[in-house]
Amino acid sequence: MSRYYVNKFLYTVDRDPELLRRYKEDPRNLVATWEQSIGPKLSDVETSTVHSLTDAEREALINHDIVALFEMGAHFFLSLTIFIAIYDDEWTAKYGPLSFQRDFAKRLAHWEGRDYPPVGE
Amino acid sequence: MAKLAAVLATTHHPFYLKATTAPVEQQIPQAAEWKRKVEAYRETLTKAEPELLVMVGADHFHQFFLDNYPQFLIGKAPRYDATFYNEEREFGIPKYVLEGHEDLSNFMHKGLLARGFDFAFSNELKLDHSIICPIITTRPQADLPVVPIYTNIFAPPLPSPKRFWELGRAIREIIDEYPSDKRIAAIGSGHLSLELGGPRQFRETGPDPEFDRQAIEWLSTGNIDAILANVTHESMARSGNATHGFMDLILMMGIAGPIPAAYSDSLSLFHTMEAYITWYPEGAAQ
Repeated sequence: MSRYYVNKFLYTVDRDPELLRRYKEDPRNLVATWEQSIGPKLSDVETSTVHSLTDAEREALINHDIVALFEMGAHFFLSLTIFIAIYDDEWTAKYGPLSFQRDFAKRLAHWEGRDYPPVGE
Repeated sequence: MAKLAAVLATTHHPFYLKATTAPVEQQIPQAAEWKRKVEAYRETLTKAEPELLVMVGADHFHQFFLDNYPQFLIGKAPRYDATFYNEEREFGIPKYVLEGHEDLSNFMHKGLLARGFDFAFSNELKLDHSIICPIITTRPQADLPVVPIYTNIFAPPLPSPKRFWELGRAIREIIDEYPSDKRIAAIGSGHLSLELGGPRQFRETGPDPEFDRQAIEWLSTGNIDAILANVTHESMARSGNATHGFMDLILMMGIAGPIPAAYSDSLSLFHTMEAYITWYPEGAAQ
């Protein structure tokens, strides 16, 4: 498993409006593209051979699976920020302000009172 | 020698600007009270007549990521751009350019190294909302040169609460020794109890109002002994998964010293408790 690489995906996509749009509209394709040409990038010239996604990590990213990402220790700030970018406008229009954020919390209710999966260390 | 004119420790709620500038019919019910409290807090800085700002914050994976994340870092640039695309998108925070102060940055960096704080540094640092939010709330004209200091409250393993306190103490010594007639204010932002991306996020209050009440009491009375006896990484996690930003408020009290605050205010909002604390370590502001 590569918690680092899952975080790298969330980090690189969230900071790029074009990648974010593609992740919203066609996540399966964007994840495949990312694994091929964006994830391994260290700079315009250098690439890394170190990390790869497991099947479970890939599926969690493709499915925008907030619970699975939380449980594998994806960083909470990256996960919250990217899924707000993808879902908040639609949910606000349909169900009112903060409805997406509150539903996000509800899906993780089974973790309340327990030690959360570590995001580092 | 420089004069430490004021020390401010504040929460940074990234939605302040959006919440208080939206058309009145769209504003949250607390918007007017929030604005009044922020403007009253701003006055505690204005009346100290600062000429130069030491700003303490934490990069939220904007410039720094897990491939290369510094525990402590100082900016040494002639000026600083601020606000990243995804912050404009989510929070509606505008872009800024802040002047730097290379002379104090260099003096501070060497002083920190001499005191055993082996800081990373950056000559091309773009600031995020941990520094721009307090500029918006306490110095919206953004007209003073800044020395930015970043801490790691975000990517574990983190430095200890005691280390944040000691870092604050070291920054204070260095400001006191800085050969200048400038009036320096130190402004740092962090959090009280906070949950992000977890089951306790975005409730009617912060995840642990009892911790919030206690933390404000400790800060406003300068009670570092109680903080160090009670606050650990584990206790902060129990209060909310992003509560570790409290350590930047401990750092700010370290700059002030273990003394009562001259000003302390708070506001319970959805999702979080806001805290606005000011110390005048060298006596009341003129």
